[in-house]
Amino acid sequence: MKILHHGNGNILSIIFKKLKRPDGFVMQLENIFKFNGGVHPDENKTVSTRLPIAKLPIPKKLILPLRQHVGHVAKLKVKPGDQVLKGQIIAEADGNISAAIHAPTSGKVVKISEEILPHPSGLPDFCITIEPDFKDTWVEKKPISWKTLDRNKLIEAISQSGIVGLGGAVFPTHMKLKINQSQLINTLVINAAECEPFITCDDMLMRERADEIIQGSLIAQTILGAKECVVGIENNKTEAYEALKKAAQKTSIEIKVVPTLYPSGDAKRLIYLLMGTEVPKEKRSVDLGIQVFNVATVAAIYRYLEFGEPSISRIITITGAVKVPQNYEALFGTPLSELIIAAGGSPNKTKKFIMGGPMMGFDLPSIHVPVTKAMNCVIESSPELFPAPKPVMPCIRCARCADACPVNLQPQELYWFSKSSQLEKARDYNLFDCIECGCCTYVCPSNIPLVQFYRYAKSEIIAQDKSKEAANTARERNDFRLARIEREKKERAERNAQKALGAQEKQAIDEKKSTIAAAMERVKQTQQENIKN
Amino acid sequence: MENRSPYVVNAPSISIIMLKVLLALIPGIALYVYVFGIGVIINILLASVTVILTECAILAIRKLPIKPFILDGSGLVTAWLLALSIPSIAPWWIIVLGTILCIIFGKHLYGGLGYNLFNPAMVGYAILLISFPSIMTHWQIPSNLMIGHTDWLDQIKVIFNSNLLSKETLDAMSSATPLDYIKTQLTLNQPLATIQQDKIFGFVGGRGLELINLGYLAGGLYMLKEKIISWHLPVAFLSTLFVSALLFNIISPDTFASPLFHIISGGSILCAFFIITDPVSAPTTPKGKIYFGMGIALLVLIIRLFGGYPEGIAFAVLFLNICVPLIDSLTQPRIFGHK
Repeated sequence: MKILHHGNGNILSIIFKKLKRPDGFVMQLENIFKFNGGVHPDENKTVSTRLPIAKLPIPKKLILPLRQHVGHVAKLKVKPGDQVLKGQIIAEADGNISAAIHAPTSGKVVKISEEILPHPSGLPDFCITIEPDFKDTWVEKKPISWKTLDRNKLIEAISQSGIVGLGGAVFPTHMKLKINQSQLINTLVINAAECEPFITCDDMLMRERADEIIQGSLIAQTILGAKECVVGIENNKTEAYEALKKAAQKTSIEIKVVPTLYPSGDAKRLIYLLMGTEVPKEKRSVDLGIQVFNVATVAAIYRYLEFGEPSISRIITITGAVKVPQNYEALFGTPLSELIIAAGGSPNKTKKFIMGGPMMGFDLPSIHVPVTKAMNCVIESSPELFPAPKPVMPCIRCARCADACPVNLQPQELYWFSKSSQLEKARDYNLFDCIECGCCTYVCPSNIPLVQFYRYAKSEIIAQDKSKEAANTARERNDFRLARIEREKKERAERNAQKALGAQEKQAIDEKKSTIAAAMERVKQTQQENIKN
Repeated sequence: MENRSPYVVNAPSISIIMLKVLLALIPGIALYVYVFGIGVIINILLASVTVILTECAILAIRKLPIKPFILDGSGLVTAWLLALSIPSIAPWWIIVLGTILCIIFGKHLYGGLGYNLFNPAMVGYAILLISFPSIMTHWQIPSNLMIGHTDWLDQIKVIFNSNLLSKETLDAMSSATPLDYIKTQLTLNQPLATIQQDKIFGFVGGRGLELINLGYLAGGLYMLKEKIISWHLPVAFLSTLFVSALLFNIISPDTFASPLFHIISGGSILCAFFIITDPVSAPTTPKGKIYFGMGIALLVLIIRLFGGYPEGIAFAVLFLNICVPLIDSLTQPRIFGHK
């Protein structure tokens, strides 16, 4: 295992190199723009690629969270006791940035309750629990003639499919296809890098269903109106590369090999590797005319249009300390425990499972959490695979972290600022450009959990900003209130003044009147006296 | 639940890094012994024992765990570098005192490992040089140049009690360094070519020193290969020293020594690979490292040519150490996606 250094990332380096694999197969690495840093941890991928993808049997119950994607939570369409068919929508998309949930098999909705989700928070959320009838009866499948339909109709159709980004970002796919007219897409990038160690679900999908991926890519390319389509694949996936190459033979899709280097599967890194384009910080790749889809996502698009099968299952890697590491096609909602049993059970007493890869994954709160659209890999942890962290030593400023940072940050400075709570300084040093890939922690000789400091600092800054905003709002409100009180006071004073003025006038009039009256009285008296006299 | 990823790490520990630095010093030390005798080994041993005892005491006073901080090996690196910087026949208490000063003033007063602003070895060296100028400039002459027969026992005697030796033997053993010699002779209006006829000069640098410097160079290349140090510092330092010395040499070959002489006679190679590469007190940005190396080289040359000391490395390093925070803040690399 060796850390790769690539010198300065801002010097455009184009490398023409042939990489010979032990089996003699040559993968051409050309026109690759290398970014700074990156690491190459032990791949650990061969353990789970020995067996083909297997279908996980229908479990006794399926737990389907309503929140499985970025955006609005899906709207419930069923109630306990309802019979559902496979592929039937049980929760529909709530607005544009949302995705529908479909019944993965036929059966009965037994309850709608809060269950623990596969999320780092470990918090429960609303889920639909289905008891399968094991007949696996489909609703009427409606394949869509995608070759003739216009793009708006296709996007409309896909918005019903429940497909979200299966690479882990889980962003509703139809939204990524629905580009407004001003943003022309030039390049469609298909992310086949799969750079995290242990994970092989995309690798196996490419080996076994390369045609679906290529067809799906062509559909996405057509919908987006993209001029070109490039697949980026790491050079450790020989078989997948060959399968894709073969499937793409008669198409214009280009398959480009990128070096096996974490985090080349990060969308912005992959775009740079393939095209030399740096996506600016405040922009998204679509602003530059580039859209990125994961291989599994485009395959799902194809299956939905071609066969009318919505997103009800995915390929998931179960690996690590389990007896038989393998990839399974699992229905969404399948309890993780079923997957573990299928993989030969857990030999460890610890029963600790990681979701995602070892670089960016997280501990699962329970082995009973359901398989979701975001779950690409589950690794059984063991002390041999993932030893406990070593004691932390002081930072010696060796800058290995800076050499490994794919974003060109200075992690040693950010650590110093985060540790001493100089959060503004950390922000100045571009803390929010950190992609939390963990490369810095991976190479730190002092065993400092750097990336955890950044996560903490980010959350602190966000919290501070929020409270500052809240304080500002409160202050504004208070200012407004004070101003209103002041205004009312003034108005009252004016009114009072007006009143007082009125009273004075009245008094003056009264006085006048009484003077006149008195004068009249005197006149009267004089007259009477005169009469008497 | 806290997200503790990444679950895998792969980094050499600080101890391994420091061990490799010590290992890289071995060829230079071996050649040192070959050329000058056993004195340097005694200094290294004295420094090593002193550093361990001193650090144990300080760590105990600071209520820090002793084992991990002793085993990190950074103290030993400092001690060895100081031992290699002082004259090998200096009295024993010089290295002991120097090591204690390094560890206290150079390291622990700033907070210990990772917190020192200055290069600890150079702090110790500078204090010794200012306090004991005559002892610190009396270097041993190569064994094969000694008049009469002086053996290793004499060196040990001289280190532990110079009174045991006659004045003649002492004089036979010590002299100024080539840099020092050039400096004093130039003030007597001797042309450089004549000065360099002296027996203490070898092919391009000081006799014997040339060989030791090649040993340090080998160690430096090993550290580069092992990625213990980055290329920026030695390359910036040596190339700047070479080019600037070359300019002076071209202007006046009679008064300014050749660039190769500057690189191989004094402590330049040791400085380039082992001293300015102390990560804690050096800049961390690639550009910053280059400016730092260049700055030290220029200052070294200015002190050597026009200053009051024959060798300027310690002061140059300490001065540039002061500038590190500024250098770092001015040389931040461009972040990915910032244009």
